[in-house]
Amino acid sequence: MTPRQRRLTLVIGIIAGVSIAGTLALSAFRRNVTFFFDPSQVVAGQVPAGEHFRLGGMVTQGSLKRAPGSLEVQFVVTDFSHNVPVSYTGVLPDLFREGAGVVAHGHLGPDGTFIADEVLAKHDEKYMPPEVARSLKRRHGESRTETEPGASAPAGATAPAAAPAAAATPSTSP
Amino acid sequence: MNWTWFHRFASPPHMYRLARRLTPWFAWPAAVLIVVALYGGLVLAPPDYQQGEGFRMIYVHAPTAWMSLMVYTTMAFAAAVGLIWRMKVAHAAAAACAPIGASFTFAALVTGSLYGEPMWGTWWEWDPRLTSELILFFLYLGYMGLRGAIEDTQRADRTSAVLAVVGVVNVPIIHYSVTWWNSLHQAPSVMRLGKPTLSGAMLWPLLAMLLAFTLLFVALLLVRLRAEILARERNASWLREELAA
Repeated sequence: MTPRQRRLTLVIGIIAGVSIAGTLALSAFRRNVTFFFDPSQVVAGQVPAGEHFRLGGMVTQGSLKRAPGSLEVQFVVTDFSHNVPVSYTGVLPDLFREGAGVVAHGHLGPDGTFIADEVLAKHDEKYMPPEVARSLKRRHGESRTETEPGASAPAGATAPAAAPAAAATPSTSP
Repeated sequence: MNWTWFHRFASPPHMYRLARRLTPWFAWPAAVLIVVALYGGLVLAPPDYQQGEGFRMIYVHAPTAWMSLMVYTTMAFAAAVGLIWRMKVAHAAAAACAPIGASFTFAALVTGSLYGEPMWGTWWEWDPRLTSELILFFLYLGYMGLRGAIEDTQRADRTSAVLAVVGVVNVPIIHYSVTWWNSLHQAPSVMRLGKPTLSGAMLWPLLAMLLAFTLLFVALLLVRLRAEILARERNASWLREELAA
């Protein structure tokens, strides 16, 4: 081997070694790296009891209830296989929508309700003008309640993005 | 195969002159295209159906974030070439990349924070995408700090090149962070398999801005590379002749 080939092997070796180390470290810390738990993980009891954590998923259509005269709201977060009811007192972000993604920080109450102290809106990667969204809504609008639970949403981060019907039809027209 | 064209890049005088000649060919198109893309993004593109006018932040945020990765990849590639072929000009190019990449990363973090507050409801979260991008910023700073700490140029080149090569592992982590883990940040809209998830009138200014920032990066790199070569070759006779002429 010439010195140059040796250096080439060394550089490739460094990249390969660091990649393997990085992969092992990240898969070992998978739970710590994850930003939120989805309802299936919460229902399956994978969340340490009594601890504060983040819950992420989609806000179920028609689940938002506001208590009159206060900032208290209740809604249901779903990953299309399991649901977790959430209660929160405070101002919701502007992009909070039924049928859109949400990440809430809080803890599980004794009755299984997630008591949130912070609610963040998670929007999807689709951008379109309002007219396009309206015409999409007209085309899909009526059938969406049937198609939504059928959407094969895998657990995890892809759940909000994997529900095109829900994403393409805003619950509130801008 | 004839490799003379490649070896000419290793010659500081050749690269110095080439960089000077090429700079305007990248700088001017970059300037024009930035104006066109800004007009397209801020005026011509329609508002988003969910995010309204606020979504226009994407026209600065996404291209700077892409550039932060592209510049790092370029830097690591140059550093690897410098290590393997012992090419001084490649080390100089890697050194020239770092401050540009750090600036793009800083811009991506700041615009992302300004974008996150109105849309998500938070300036900062320890989300995988945000955290890995912050690590990229520290990698750039660490690279520059390491270079600055070693006085001997050749040792600084080789030591910092190893750091640049090691850090390249972070680039795919940043890109795939939103698919591998639960994340507050949404999945890619353009750098994905399949069609972009932006409609046409929204898409072209974004791509134009990405091209504009790429041209801007090359122009800045050429200017900084010349400065690097000047500093390294300050005692060389070719430079004395060059400057006398």
